[in-house]
Amino acid sequence: MDNKENKSKQKLANDGLAEHEKALFCDARPQTYKPLGKYVEKFLNWARANSLWILGYGTGCGAIELRPLMTARFDMFRWGLAPRPTPRQAGVFVIGGYMSVKTLKRVIRSYEQMQGPKFVIALGSCTINGGMYWDSYNTINRLDHYLPVDIYITGCMPRPEALIAGFNKLKELIKDNKTDGQNEYANNFDWYKANQKKIVKDWNMPDYNW
Amino acid sequence: MQEIINKLIDRYAIEPIQVRRDNQAFVTIEKNRLPDVLTWLRDYENYTHLAFITAVDYLEIEKIQLTYMLHNYKTNTDLGLRVLLDRAQPEMVSVHHLWKQVEIYQRELHEMFGIDFPGSPGLNESFALEGWDEIPPMRRDFNTREYSERTYFPRPGRKTHDPREYMKQKLYPEKKEDK
Repeated sequence: MDNKENKSKQKLANDGLAEHEKALFCDARPQTYKPLGKYVEKFLNWARANSLWILGYGTGCGAIELRPLMTARFDMFRWGLAPRPTPRQAGVFVIGGYMSVKTLKRVIRSYEQMQGPKFVIALGSCTINGGMYWDSYNTINRLDHYLPVDIYITGCMPRPEALIAGFNKLKELIKDNKTDGQNEYANNFDWYKANQKKIVKDWNMPDYNW
Repeated sequence: MQEIINKLIDRYAIEPIQVRRDNQAFVTIEKNRLPDVLTWLRDYENYTHLAFITAVDYLEIEKIQLTYMLHNYKTNTDLGLRVLLDRAQPEMVSVHHLWKQVEIYQRELHEMFGIDFPGSPGLNESFALEGWDEIPPMRRDFNTREYSERTYFPRPGRKTHDPREYMKQKLYPEKKEDK
């Protein structure tokens, strides 16, 4: 515990930034979220589960399955899902399918800018094991090495019904207090960062983009 | 089509010309004459549309072949101009002054095949691959599978089948393989 607390006070190196930029960016590590109390947290989880706001960022071909969700036939607003334009307002990051290295860099940046508690839904087999792009030079194979993933939705591509099932499963997990992606990311920050930096070779942003 | 072929032969003594269809032909020319021919085709012969530039890596003969595909809206014909470049030091004359979009093609070719186009704007900026430090990925001696396994943490348990053998096994399990 003591060790962990010391670590959370360490500063990040921000080696990717130029010297004159370092003062402009934050160098604090991500902080873990401490639950408030059993009943308060239960109420908060109920509220969180019923207002899942999606970051409107289609990262791969799977994003095409998000459009029908918004239409009258599937109508995702019934479940409290709504697309939001910026990471600061969003709570759920939907990774839509294959992820190239260039996109991953933007995804990491967006994920870190989202306010906690935040959840990641990865849809499509590409995020699980690379899918049909498993031997490509430019797409990652498994997303959980770079971001903490709460729900995987299989399929290539999953139908909107599968997405709805995935969102409902996510709601159950939130209500049961089983989604701890934010703390997982903060606790294993060095491991995630090492994996990310292994493939994003021109790391020219702060280590933690808060 | 025959008309433009005759003109090309008369004017530039270019042969052989491969006629693929009655509205499509390909010629191979020397790389230094390409801007000449392109300019003439664009300004005099109505080949105003550059459809694409593409590269093929011929590992066996140590060459990289560039194809400039032109389209003529008046006669609805396509003409492909081909250039062979040395594979070890591929360098080509830039033609970005003829069509603006050539810049983008040349940036992409530079990144994916390592072809140099001296004087082309923004050539050294990264295009799709940021911070790439291997040999260009579209070269045929680049092993994309080996690179992927080395880099992207493959999830264990993936199984692949040869579709032909797999269906044979599944449909006719009693039959032995002929030898």
